[in-house]
This record gives sequence, structure tokens and C-alpha cells, in this order.
Amino acid sequence: MASISPSIAVEAAVPGVAEIRANVVRRRRWDIVFAVVGFLATSVGVVTLLALFVDLVMDGYHRLTPDFFLSFPSRRAAEAGILSAWVGTCLVMMVTAAIGVPLAVSAGIYLEEYAPRNWVTTLIEINVSNLAAVPSIVYGLLALGLFVYALGFGQSILSAGLTLALMIMPVVVVATREAVRAVPHTIREAAYAVGATRWQATRDHVLPYSIPGIATGVIIGLARAIGETAPLITIGALTFIAYLPDPPISTKPPFVSFDWLWSGFTVLPIQMFNWVSRPGTAFHANAAAAGIVIVVLTLAMNGFAIYLRYRLRKRITW
Amino acid sequence: MSAVVTAVPFATQSVSADPKVKSRIRGLNFYYGNLQALKNIDMVVYEHAVTALIGPSGCGKSTLLRCFNRMHDLTPHTRYEGEIRLYPDDVNIVSSDIDPIEVRMRISMVFQKPNPFPKSIYENVAYGLRVRGVKARSELDGRVEAALRGAALWEEVKDRLEEPGTALSGGQQQRLCIARALATDPEIVLFDEPTSALDPIATASIEDLIISMAGSVTILIVTHNMQQAARVSSYTAFMYLGELVEYGPTTELFTRPRHQRTSDYLTGRFG
Repeated sequence: MASISPSIAVEAAVPGVAEIRANVVRRRRWDIVFAVVGFLATSVGVVTLLALFVDLVMDGYHRLTPDFFLSFPSRRAAEAGILSAWVGTCLVMMVTAAIGVPLAVSAGIYLEEYAPRNWVTTLIEINVSNLAAVPSIVYGLLALGLFVYALGFGQSILSAGLTLALMIMPVVVVATREAVRAVPHTIREAAYAVGATRWQATRDHVLPYSIPGIATGVIIGLARAIGETAPLITIGALTFIAYLPDPPISTKPPFVSFDWLWSGFTVLPIQMFNWVSRPGTAFHANAAAAGIVIVVLTLAMNGFAIYLRYRLRKRITW
Repeated sequence: MSAVVTAVPFATQSVSADPKVKSRIRGLNFYYGNLQALKNIDMVVYEHAVTALIGPSGCGKSTLLRCFNRMHDLTPHTRYEGEIRLYPDDVNIVSSDIDPIEVRMRISMVFQKPNPFPKSIYENVAYGLRVRGVKARSELDGRVEAALRGAALWEEVKDRLEEPGTALSGGQQQRLCIARALATDPEIVLFDEPTSALDPIATASIEDLIISMAGSVTILIVTHNMQQAARVSSYTAFMYLGELVEYGPTTELFTRPRHQRTSDYLTGRFG
């Protein structure tokens, strides 16, 4: 041991250093190459979205007045607005969230916490994953047959909400399962070890701790649904609506009304689609303005999802 | 074969002349799928004493411990055969007729890694009572305090019961988990290598705690640390490859092991 002194070791290494450096430089080159390629690849998406958004803003910003939000569609482009469209979007989203979220979260939790590991469960799992890939127009056809005709809900907000609820289910189910799976097994064991039932362990621990992940999935699902056009056209959303559905809350007893569920409706992307397909640049400006509203809404929802995940995750440490 | 581990300091844990039997294991086999993890185990657990389970990794000591609160029921394709009878009521707790939740209400557990819930210190301790349906604040308050005192944690946390349990140090977290296990007045507390994630000082405090608890509750502890078994336990079981090789009072097992394998393990020849 003592025979190899540090100075000897360094001297022996000296002739090799230049070669080592050259070798490192040679290999580093590919690091730089990939960093550049990767950056360009990433930029494509961001730049495209930005260009699109800037284009929309240039075309449509002058239409974004309070009147635009408070007016019904009109034959005169300058007087037309998105009142019935954004109210329709809000109401449809309410139905979608109210129906889709409990269904999807329950399904996700069941698959993760309760379902026995057998071929039936595997089949369900494969199906749920595949549902996420089904084109939205197919959901529209399904809804047309099932909700509009078979169940007799008609071309209503209810039918639209249920259709989109079905559509976001796979996304939320997958998000729920991932969030639930991220809860450490030791936490479940701790709950079971003091005598909790499966439901108690789920309600008191697994579900609360996976809320950040579930909420993210829900918002991303809704953000996707908000821009959906095809399935709603299929079930017969109207493109020209100059009235609002009955308000859900009234001053007279019983104060709450569900008549709006049966109302005809339009939503933002359909209104936009309608304007785009008209001749004349005046309507195209309206379409651009509606487009801005949709993009901002979607980005805001996604931003909120990120914020929520960040905020809630910080509170939970294992 | 005499005094193979003379350097081990033994606790003052005495073996009482006529110990009462708390539990009797008879012909216990346990399977993970087709793999038999426990082979025909027979042993008794004495009341109000500390019984240690030792042996090399994979010998089945944790598996045996987890039979006592039916933790294996959470894993699919597991199967018990034989009996673990719990006294005084003489019920076979691994029988499929017995609801595992009933068993876990009588026998609680402290895990290898401290696993407090990301909730307040108070709620961590109260949880076992809450799942039973205890709602009265006065009762919860009293039992939470008693459990925290029992786990030697009360003085450190009494002014911050609403702070998250996960903000405590590792040793405090483990004592919080002990308090959680004590809050429900269990008949047996299971410890699964409770100090393997802790530093030596925290380990010493947990060991002191285990020794002090033994007067009022029956304790089963799995440890990979032979010195720990010697320090805290009155009885020790040595397991190897799913079998119980040797079982007896700790001092006897450590100083006069009857089996070659036990003495080989104790002297560090394997494991």
C-alpha cells in the first residue's frame, strides 16, 4: 500500500489526460446535437400555438367587447355575440362534470382498490384504455342512438352533457388510477392495521391523498370536452340560438329548476364553426373572437390544473 | 455448546415462573400462491412479555408476524392453514370464519418504516378510534393523550397536536405510530423491525418504550438485530427457511442454543 505514493500515481496518469479530454469532447458533441434537436422539436408545438393565437387575436380582438358576451347571434355580424354559446358551454360542462366525474372516479378507485385481479378486470381495464382512443364522433353516434332516441332525452343540454361525460370518463379513470396508485402502500397498511374497512381506508386516506392527481385529470378532461364540436353536432346542437335556457335558480319556490336540462343549446366551438362557415370577413372576425375565448378558457383550465397539483401536492408528504 | 454470545447485554427482562399463554400457534402453514412461506409452526406467545422473532432475511419471521393481524389478506392468492389461537376466548384468528377486521381491532401493528398519515398528530392517534365510531371529543381527547403518554411522546407534542404527523423526526414519527397502535387498547402489539429506519438514539428510545410497554401489553417483535432481540425480549424464536428452528427464553436461546443452526446464526456464521 505505502509503495504507491500519490505523486507517482499522478505522474503515471499525465500522458493519458490529453487523450481523455479529446475523448470527452468527442462524446460531448452528441449531447449538444441532441439538445439542439430537442429544443427545436419542443419549439414546434409552442411556436405553432403562439402563431395561431396571435393570428386569432389580430383578427378578432376588436370584437371582444362586453356586448359580444351579452348578445345573441344575429344575422348582422357586428351585432352578433356569444351569449347563448357561453351559457350553453357552462351548462353542458356542469352536466358533464356532475355525471362524468363521480362515475369516472368511482370506476378508477374500484379498479385500483377493490377489483379482484382476474380476466374480467383485465378486460375492463383494456376497454377503458381503448375508450380514450375512440374518435369523438363515435361518441356522438352512440349518444344520438342512446340518449337522444332510446332514452328520449332529445337534442338537449342533458344529452350533450352525458355525451361529453362519457367522452372524458377514460381520461379521468386513468388519472384517478394513477393518483390512487401513487398513494404509498404503507399508508393503506397503516389504516388497515388499526381496523379500518376497505371503504374507510379509501374514504379517509386513499381518496383525499389522491385528490391532486384526480383534480388534474378532471380539469384536463373538461378542457378537452369544452372544445369538442363533432359529437355535439351529431346529437343535434343548434347553431343559431337566440334564447337562454330556463335559469337553474329562481326566486320562486322550489327555487331550483331543472327545466334547462331539456333545453336546446349551442356551445362555443359550434358557434365558432357556424361563423367560420359563413361568407364574409365580418363573421370571420366573430369566429376569431370566439376562438380566443375558447383558447383562453382551455389554457386557463390547464393552468389551474397545474396550479392545483402544485398547491395540493405540497401539503401531502409521506 | 455454551455461551456463544457472551458479549450481548441482556435486559432485565425476567421470565416469570408461571407465564400465562396469550396465543398458541399450532401447525401453521402459510402460502403465497404455490410458495410455502411458513412450515408447520408451533409456538406459544406469553402474555405481557416481549417475544422476538429472529432469523436471516426470507426466513419467514415477518410473514409469521403478519399472520397475527391478517395483513396477508390484503395480498391476493395467500392462504393460511392451521391455527393461531388467541386467548382468553380461544378463537382461531387465521380461520376464514373470522373477519380480519375483528382481528386487527384486537391486535395492532407498528411497521418497519414510520408511516404516519399526512394528517395532524391528533388525527393520527385518533384514527383507530374513529374507524370504530368513537365521536365524543372528550373520549377521543382522553385516549389520544393516554396513547401519546404511553408512547413517551406526549411531552414533546402536547402543544402542537394539530401539526402534521409527517413533520416530526423519524424517531418521533415511529413513536407516533406506536401511539396510534396503542390508542385502541390492543391485546397484542406487533412490531415489524421497528427501528431499522432509525438512528441509534431513536432506536434506543423505541427499545426503552417496548420494554416499558411489556408490563401491560403482549408484544411480538421481528428484528434482524440480534442484540436488539437480546435487549428487549423475554422469549426468542429463531426461524430459518420458513421453519421454527428453536424457541425459548431469550437468555437460554442466546447462551445455550440447542441447535447447530441457531448457534451458527448467533455467532454470525451465516445470515
